[in-house]
Amino acid sequence: MPEKLTDDQVRHVARLSRLELGDDQIHRFAEQLSHVLDYVSQLSELDLGGVEPMAHTMGQTNVLRDDEPGPGLTVESVLANAPAASPPFFMVPKVLGDGGSA
Amino acid sequence: MTTANTADPTQLTLVALRDAITAKQLSAAEATRCYLDRIERHNPSINAFHEVYADRARARADHADAGKLAGPLAGVPIAIKDNLCTDWGRTTCSSRILENFRAPYTATAVRRLEDAGAIVLGKTVMDEFAMGSSTENSAVGPTRNPWNPAYVPGGSSGGSAAAVAANMCPGSIGSDTGGSIRQPAALCGVVGLKPTYGRISRYGLVAFASSLDQIGPFAHNVTDAALLLQAMAGHDPLDSTSANLPVPDYTEQIDQPIDGLRVGIAKQFVSDANHPAMTQAVERASALFRDAGAEIVSIDLPHTKYGIPTYYLVATAEASSNLARYDGVRYGRRAEGVRELVELYSRSRAEGFGDEVKRRIMLGTYALSSGYYDAYYLRALKVRRLIKNDFDAAFKQCDVILGPTTTGPAFRFGEKTDDPLTMYLNDIYTVNANLAGIPGISVPAGLTDAASSSEAQAGGLPIGIQLLAAPFDEGTLLRAARQFEQLAAFSTRKALG
Repeated sequence: MPEKLTDDQVRHVARLSRLELGDDQIHRFAEQLSHVLDYVSQLSELDLGGVEPMAHTMGQTNVLRDDEPGPGLTVESVLANAPAASPPFFMVPKVLGDGGSA
Repeated sequence: MTTANTADPTQLTLVALRDAITAKQLSAAEATRCYLDRIERHNPSINAFHEVYADRARARADHADAGKLAGPLAGVPIAIKDNLCTDWGRTTCSSRILENFRAPYTATAVRRLEDAGAIVLGKTVMDEFAMGSSTENSAVGPTRNPWNPAYVPGGSSGGSAAAVAANMCPGSIGSDTGGSIRQPAALCGVVGLKPTYGRISRYGLVAFASSLDQIGPFAHNVTDAALLLQAMAGHDPLDSTSANLPVPDYTEQIDQPIDGLRVGIAKQFVSDANHPAMTQAVERASALFRDAGAEIVSIDLPHTKYGIPTYYLVATAEASSNLARYDGVRYGRRAEGVRELVELYSRSRAEGFGDEVKRRIMLGTYALSSGYYDAYYLRALKVRRLIKNDFDAAFKQCDVILGPTTTGPAFRFGEKTDDPLTMYLNDIYTVNANLAGIPGISVPAGLTDAASSSEAQAGGLPIGIQLLAAPFDEGTLLRAARQFEQLAAFSTRKALG
């Protein structure tokens, strides 16, 4: 399974994770995460042919309720924690434009 | 100790305190005042509480004394972990990213405790987002072990465990994703219970790994813990993974004899890595169970050693998804001077999360990423199935499984922070219960020999044994734990004067 993670791989994962990291952090995390990946690679010892993956212990699929309206949170209470708001909206910097690299 | 000595209420067990209040030998106001005084005196050195709701607690205590709070916990002060949302105060998860977050709603478990009459004294320090085993990942400073402040209390619910050990409250609530209740309970010399996945609603518990997280209690003894479980357990329409099953009366049968109880012991729990005191404690527990009429059964849990690697893939994968919500837009910390949206996300998250949270988000993102999903995440889900199958087979042969909670007692600050993997291995005996969804409890089993750990204070440091049971069989689990606690006759009340 695992090769040692390169700094560039960690930089890629940090970008996917939306974490802005400095080069020294990237390098340190590359070493630490490689160590963890090396450890978890022992799972490849096991023959897992025919084993059904288990994401959840309760064996549930979808749980539905009756479609009846009930009380919810007010707009004011939901916006109360927003770093920037213009009720009833959250405010964010522009999404498209010159600096955008998403 | 069982007689209600009301001279110092903070020395009482939860049940004794509750009974004294019910019998009007003690007012809830007086009990609350004594606990708040004790928090004020000891919290500066222990740092178990991040936030204390003194005025609110006093007001609720007055309500209790006026007969307006009924229920099995009427007037009983408790503490809750700082990842449980309340519509008062802050809910921070001991993280910078939520340092000013005020939840607009209250967690079902907390609401049920209050409906049962409990008084929430405050919120306790934890490893950031419950990721850690020592509280050293807290952004508001670590909690110190009341038995010796040079040692960690365990984690992630270290504040809740230490608060009980230091008699700052007779019971508290934590969450357990891979051992975060049972491990700190063991290291602080108190009882800690992780119920079956689905037994208690997770509504309002800030999510770390949704298929593993479970709320549970800490207390000085098993009966007290059972009472707290009783108040919280049961189906909740607001959590689709809460089990729609009846809740038995957990205290009714707790003192029943254990004749014929089948206690399983797995060879996988015997290891040279275990502290000698831990090995002795499990052997002694086994002998005590046998002498009390239980049958000791050898069981096999062949995939035990794959628990940690499986856990650190499943938990981090789920965490990477759950923690995507911290984007600096709707709540939480937002980076200043940002001109563009992706930069807003990336800088807010970089400023707001500590290193361990960043590592786990990245590990989980990697395990789920294109090209690696099959090799890591999917493989882990298959091994999870094997681990669950091990337990299903074992519980055909036995009613409870006995083993160590940890490999040894509390460790020193800084001892395991250089290499994340060293810290992860703390959870070696606890993670499998989360992966399989079964209930587990840590019960104090004694102290290490102070002579063999030269720096420990006289009397050594606490250790705990763990008992596991089949899904939704908390009744048998608590009965076995209660029996052990009485047979072992170990008092937890010596941590702090």
